[in-house]
Amino acid sequence: MSGHEFAEEQPANWEFTPENAARVDEIIARYPPGRQASAVIPLLDLAQRQNDNWLPLKAVETVAERLDMPPIRVLEVATFYTMFNLKPVGRYYLQACTTTPCWLRGSDQVMRCIRDRLGIGNHGSTGDGMFSLLEVECLGACVNAPILQVNDDYYEDLDYESTGELLDALRRGEPPPPGSMAGRNLSESSAGATTLTSLRPASPGREGG
Amino acid sequence: MLDDRDRIFTNLYGWFDWGLDAARGRGDWSTTREILSQSPEDIVEKVKASGLRGRGGAGFPTGLKWSFMPREVGEKPHYLIVNADESEPGTCKDREILRNDPHKLIEGCVIAGYAMRASAAYIYIRGEFVSEARRLQAAIDQAYEAGLVGRNACASGYDIDIILHRGAGAYICGEETALLESLEGKKGQPRLKPPFPAAVGLYGCPSTVNNVESIAVVPEILRRGPEWFAGLGRERNTGTKLFCISGHVNNPCNVEEEMGIPLRELIDRHAGGVIGGWDNLLAVIPGGSSVRCIPKSICDNILMDFDSLMAVRSGLGTAAVIVMNRETDIIRAIARLSYFYKHESCGQCTPCREGSGWMWRVMERLVTGDAEPEEIDVLEQVTRQVEGHTICALGDAAAWPIQGLLAHFRDEVEDRIRRRKSATSVEAAD
Repeated sequence: MSGHEFAEEQPANWEFTPENAARVDEIIARYPPGRQASAVIPLLDLAQRQNDNWLPLKAVETVAERLDMPPIRVLEVATFYTMFNLKPVGRYYLQACTTTPCWLRGSDQVMRCIRDRLGIGNHGSTGDGMFSLLEVECLGACVNAPILQVNDDYYEDLDYESTGELLDALRRGEPPPPGSMAGRNLSESSAGATTLTSLRPASPGREGG
Repeated sequence: MLDDRDRIFTNLYGWFDWGLDAARGRGDWSTTREILSQSPEDIVEKVKASGLRGRGGAGFPTGLKWSFMPREVGEKPHYLIVNADESEPGTCKDREILRNDPHKLIEGCVIAGYAMRASAAYIYIRGEFVSEARRLQAAIDQAYEAGLVGRNACASGYDIDIILHRGAGAYICGEETALLESLEGKKGQPRLKPPFPAAVGLYGCPSTVNNVESIAVVPEILRRGPEWFAGLGRERNTGTKLFCISGHVNNPCNVEEEMGIPLRELIDRHAGGVIGGWDNLLAVIPGGSSVRCIPKSICDNILMDFDSLMAVRSGLGTAAVIVMNRETDIIRAIARLSYFYKHESCGQCTPCREGSGWMWRVMERLVTGDAEPEEIDVLEQVTRQVEGHTICALGDAAAWPIQGLLAHFRDEVEDRIRRRKSATSVEAAD
């Protein structure tokens, strides 16, 4: 529970694009008739994606109207869940996990690197609109700690140096492939798997993607 | 060590394709139609006989939970809800199922849904798992296209829809009734129980909420037979389990092992040992952040299962093993968890809303030693006032890590207060 700041500059109107309006119908149809309120999180997410990763109050109203919900109920949802941004965020929205499992593996170094490279701390953003930072709670990838989420992607197994490399790459507009920045495969031991070895494929051809 | 032949999650590390054809090659969906030719009651009985206990933390017997659903579908439809809101600090096992073995979960939904006569299964996945949700949706689409899900699923005559629903960042939505509220489009605030979801669940309809891993192991249990699963582990603590080993180990990893494996073997064999060696171990949080930590003296011999860990006033929880070696400031490690619970409290119950913040603030002072020795007992008493006095278990979860710290590391807490006091008096004397 925390206080929320809304963006000072709000658009006067906000509508879904025609393409997204069609998706709205698709999403509402996933739930039983009369239960369209279930679509509130998916629609707020869709609106935020359409709007450079933040939610204007007019978008909240549009979602409320579309779902036949009182706007205050939708605002209640928009302020309860941490993934909804009520003011603009950077083009690269950095979410650094600092909960105990990440902290034990050096999340302080990730935060320090961000401060050194970008000059920003928790809740900060760079003046050029490229980066903003939020310290977040457990991202659920703890055996690959520490984790930095960048927009939709997880970057894992970070240290001071690899965080710096990641930030440099982002600044160049060349995000590396998500996942381990230490080069290991998913949540397998970095020394090689200790189980399932009898099933291991002969060639390292992983067709995961 | 568990034999590879007894492992369920054979694509745990994503070595193979996640898609339908490859999943079929690994045995998924091979006898679903035969399984669905049994009566729902027979399936429930088999799951009971396997001894499977819920993998989401509480360890409630899965088959028994299913049996609470009404035996006939009345006016209201039945729903299966899969809890994929994996957010308990230390826990990252369901993520591997969602991205590497999604068809095990989907097949499990069809079978579990049939056993509880559900017309639909909703999978509630944490919002941050964006690529995992994409992967799972692609797998669901494959299953629909192949006729495995939907009308007349697997040509069995049973109809079930599977709907993926993404959350938006709230630990509390992993609590089953908060999850239902969230799925209905509200704030994720837990409901009073009773009524239990099996009577009044999603949209007021009979519902059962199960963890991803609990559902994903069901097809294999039914294919190999409940006695196979019951033959692994120990009595009342059967089967295999995904363990997540994080923190101060040389090689953090996820691994599927037999229930009841000694903690030391788990860490040494699979995670490359404690950084600095076993003797450098300070403590382990064995089941995700909500359970009480255990000091090295207990870690030396403890078995990793529900009853063994409960006997030492901790818990298996989600089997997320957080390892801390002697370089750890354990007061700070626990204080960070106190902050987590303060941050994640939904604010509905006063003991949790006010208590979690109060406990965190005291914990922060214990980190620096800026406290009076008497405050330790006051803190302990406040944890008892929060514990058991809230609608959901988040209050308990906020209290237990602190209780574990004070039970096993009280000396360290007292020592820090003493050292701070003497440092302050030296400064004053200068």
